[in-house]
Amino acid sequence: MRRKKRKNGANLIGYSLIAPWLIGIFCFQLWPIIHSFLMSFTDYNLLNTPQFIGAANYSKMFQDENFYQAVRVTFKYVFIAVPAKILFALCIALILNLKLKGIGIYRTIYYIPSILGSSIAVAILWKALFVKDGAINALLASFGIQGASWLGSPKYALFTISLLTVWQFGSSMVVFLAGLKQIPMELYEAAAVDGAGRWAKFIHITIPGIMPMMSFNVLMQTINAFQMFAAPYTIFNGRGGPLNSVMLYVIYLYQHAFKYFNVGYSSALSWALLVMIAGTALILHFLQKRFLNYDD
Amino acid sequence: MKKKKKWQKAAAYVLISAFGLIMLYPLIWMVFASVKPSSEVLSSPSLLPSQFHPENFLEGWTMVRPYTFAKFFGNTFFLVISCVLCSLAISLFAGYAFARIDFRFKTFWYSILFLTIMLPATTTLVSRYVIFSEIGWLNTYLPFIVPAVLGVGNGGAFFIYLVAQFIRGIPRELDEAAKIDGCSTLNIILRIILPLSKPSLFSVAIFAFMWNWDDFQNQLIYLTQVDKYTVALAMRTTIDAAGADNWGAVMAMALCSVVPAVVIFFCLQKYFVEGVSTSGLKG
Repeated sequence: MRRKKRKNGANLIGYSLIAPWLIGIFCFQLWPIIHSFLMSFTDYNLLNTPQFIGAANYSKMFQDENFYQAVRVTFKYVFIAVPAKILFALCIALILNLKLKGIGIYRTIYYIPSILGSSIAVAILWKALFVKDGAINALLASFGIQGASWLGSPKYALFTISLLTVWQFGSSMVVFLAGLKQIPMELYEAAAVDGAGRWAKFIHITIPGIMPMMSFNVLMQTINAFQMFAAPYTIFNGRGGPLNSVMLYVIYLYQHAFKYFNVGYSSALSWALLVMIAGTALILHFLQKRFLNYDD
Repeated sequence: MKKKKKWQKAAAYVLISAFGLIMLYPLIWMVFASVKPSSEVLSSPSLLPSQFHPENFLEGWTMVRPYTFAKFFGNTFFLVISCVLCSLAISLFAGYAFARIDFRFKTFWYSILFLTIMLPATTTLVSRYVIFSEIGWLNTYLPFIVPAVLGVGNGGAFFIYLVAQFIRGIPRELDEAAKIDGCSTLNIILRIILPLSKPSLFSVAIFAFMWNWDDFQNQLIYLTQVDKYTVALAMRTTIDAAGADNWGAVMAMALCSVVPAVVIFFCLQKYFVEGVSTSGLKG
């Protein structure tokens, strides 16, 4: 009896402490998801009353050449930027994990680009550096190299944007560093006693040790990469870049939602994005379980 | 053997220094570009300007008429600091509940919390816009502040998780002793937990500051009146309108716009690393 009473007290206190968050979840996360699902079956432009049109938005989507282009570009971007960023972050983290003097300063230096995040300053900086008659080409020219049109050519534009993503590898690096620090020294010592070389230690201790961080980074960076927006939007003035080669999904979504005020269609696009991200996350989860299960 | 080790060390230093320099080159370039004559910003490969042009800052400051960047910085600071304070409050209270109180279905809500960390915000962008426009919150800062105080703004769920994990590491005896002495839950949170969870709260503050400062996407859709503009929005009009023939002034303002986040990061760096490594993950 007394026990039950105390439990009720805990319920009251617990729920009153998380009440604001529960309201937030329902109003600003669950409801928008349901809302956009409902809207995706309507014709709505913010001014008219929403008209139910069945699955017309979805059938339009599957016939929309630009939708396919946006999906292609986005997957290409994810496949280029995410592995490059994570590989980079891992290499730097491994070097920074060497017990060298003054290494803390380097950790800070490598993190600085990431502080700037998705700020407009970074987008403007990238534009100034990489436009055809910009600073990078001027630098290359002083070495006698003819630079390309990094942002103006459909061949390079997406790579230039990916380079920006890779440049901001700081947060993945911090996560890897935290993981490397957690690997017990005894493991390395024991391996050394057993006569394991550097490479063997790396393959059999370091890599399995940071696998949880690896899968975390891959998942988080993939989810983020699908939503890339600010820099390409700013650099290409809200359009898809040369021959739509940088028409990332969210830019396309943004155009339909906030340029044409096509709420119904952009809600359908939002749902397709959610399905794409969730599907990719599930595949990653499955792959990780299947191939990276070092615990067994 | 020893000699070999020394060589390796030197090689490692050279490697990471050279690489660090390449990493920082764009930013160093930006600093120098901000005092170059506009015609030289793009075309000159040298870092140093041929003429020192500090008036770029003055020109940039008044570039978005009829306001100056003082207005935009004021707006952004108001928006960001409100969001930071709200994020701190909700993550402390909800974090305490998740760390210490055994209410019913806690595990369920905790997994929901974890799930929402990964929920891609962009997928609800359109419907949130429709909802906020229907209740007349466009061109106000409410679409930023209200979600922040409810723990679902930028980084919301992550902050609650981060603080909860940190509070778990604080010895339970401390708050149990206070409870026996008749301390109320609110007092326990404010007098015992708050001072002890400072490192995690500082990390929340840094992340909330940086992420809200850089939250261009939401600012772009919710704020369309120039008098409500944030620094990011004002920056964007500078390269849009002029076709950026005044690159010197644009770079000067770009430099100004990153200063606050950089300063905050350097001041609270110690807490940042501590917070991230104790709670594990995300950045």
